[in-house]
Amino acid sequence: MTRPKGRKTLTAITVSAFVVASAVSAGDTEISHPELVINDETKMIVQAPAPDHLKDAIDTIYSGWVFRSKETQALQMDDFDNPGMIFVEQAMETWDTPEGSEGKSCADCHGDVETAMKGVRAVYPKWNETAGKVMTLAAQINDCRVNRMGAEKWKITGGDMAAMEALISLQSRGMPVNVAIDGPAKETWELGKKLYYQRIGQLDLACAACHEKNYDHMIRADHLSQGQINGFPTYRLKNAKLNTVQGRFKGCIKNVRGVPYKPGSPEFDALELYVASRGNGLSVEGPSVRN
Amino acid sequence: MKLVTLTLAASLIGGVAFAGVVAPKEVVVADDGSVAQSLTGVPGNPENGAAIVGTKKLGNCVACHEVPVLADVPFQGNVGPVLDDVGDRYTEAELRGILVNAKNVFPDTVMPAFYKVDGYNRPAKGFTAKPPEGELPPLLSGQQIEDVVAFLMTLK
Ligand code: HEC
Ligand code: HEC
Repeated sequence: MTRPKGRKTLTAITVSAFVVASAVSAGDTEISHPELVINDETKMIVQAPAPDHLKDAIDTIYSGWVFRSKETQALQMDDFDNPGMIFVEQAMETWDTPEGSEGKSCADCHGDVETAMKGVRAVYPKWNETAGKVMTLAAQINDCRVNRMGAEKWKITGGDMAAMEALISLQSRGMPVNVAIDGPAKETWELGKKLYYQRIGQLDLACAACHEKNYDHMIRADHLSQGQINGFPTYRLKNAKLNTVQGRFKGCIKNVRGVPYKPGSPEFDALELYVASRGNGLSVEGPSVRN
Repeated sequence: MKLVTLTLAASLIGGVAFAGVVAPKEVVVADDGSVAQSLTGVPGNPENGAAIVGTKKLGNCVACHEVPVLADVPFQGNVGPVLDDVGDRYTEAELRGILVNAKNVFPDTVMPAFYKVDGYNRPAKGFTAKPPEGELPPLLSGQQIEDVVAFLMTLK
């Protein structure tokens, strides 16, 4: 049987021709705008050499921001335009509000969020010695709520969680993602890697099929990114709310006609560590803006 | 007596129509991945095929392929090759084989299998994110595949 014709390698040309051809496109464009400076002062690393563990697969890692349209990109360049910032303000109130049987707030244990949470987002998910496992930021937040405040857990993919993650991420904005993948985290990282390359759902596609093999291609109206999570939580224009990492994983698996793992499950936590590690070197951007 | 004859006749017609359909697990695939036998015995309709290729809820082939003759379908993807002359380069049996299970032809491809119902990891019922109740239906029916093949054969 004959082999398929080589797919066009000049993707950028194909994509821009495509955008012109369909007048009302989703506004997606080719990788075209590699500079992200927020509020005219904080310069983001949106493109970096791939971390060593990825070098066999790809050379350069990109933030999802570079794949978005100029209009969407612009919304993230000024905090007054970034709709995610409203949720940061909400979470600032939550930070100071006592809750649960202990009558404590986050601030009672941690003090000022700006100093206490600086650099935290950049290194999560992270091995927790006491728990004896890798914990995502969401798991850590829920651990504080249950064990220190005597309060109810938040839903891992819910609005309260997304808002608090946005507040915490903001304190690391611009710092490079730097999650540890060796030592006690190694086993979890290996599981995450396996899941990333494992086909799932009736469409039988792995994360890698879209985000490693085919980033910078169009899948219907979507310009495929590398599926990085340095920008999470992300405010999506599509659903007008802040979206969590694991909420996004769920969505992608649903779209390939699969049954997602449960948010907060060992599988999703491992996948979160692994995907985070593929972005080691990109700036923490949360809360970012996506379509 | 009359009633019985009628019932019998009806079930025969049903039986005859059904006998022509090759179930997903019974498809005979050649070594090169091609499938010579029609999945239904009913010739494909290229117009229906074009609609299936361009419709999101059906084949949604345009998610990954640009199909230049379907110029009015918006947002055609470029994950796979442009489908412009596949009717020239492949036989009907080869195209049927690519649709039934593209992995029999292109081993590591990202193209889904459209007539395969087993061997999946965590398949859901459509886009519900929930496991199917009972058997998983193929992405397209046998006749829909025949229609798409007929359409692809017109791309020369
Ligand atoms: C998720 C992406 C995806 C979808 C959906 C998809 N394909 Fe494909 N298709 C591909 C890729 C990629 C190839 C190239 C084969 C390879 O992987 O090397 C391909 C190859 C082909 C070929 C051979 C093309 C050539 O030039 O040799 C045909 C024909 C084809 N596809 C038809 C279809 C039809 C018809 C549908 C829908 C019923 C469809 N495809 C859906 C990704 C896809
Ligand atoms: C069929 C294609 C496909 C598959 C398979 C897929 N995704 Fe996605 N994913 C998309 C599309 C389309 C988008 C939206 C555009 C973009 O950012 O790529 C997206 C977006 C994302 C984003 C958001 C990126 C950002 O910058 O906001 C993440 C994270 C992500 N995917 C992770 C995953 C993971 C993890 C898996 C596997 C469990 C996966 N995806 C499987 C198509 C896919």
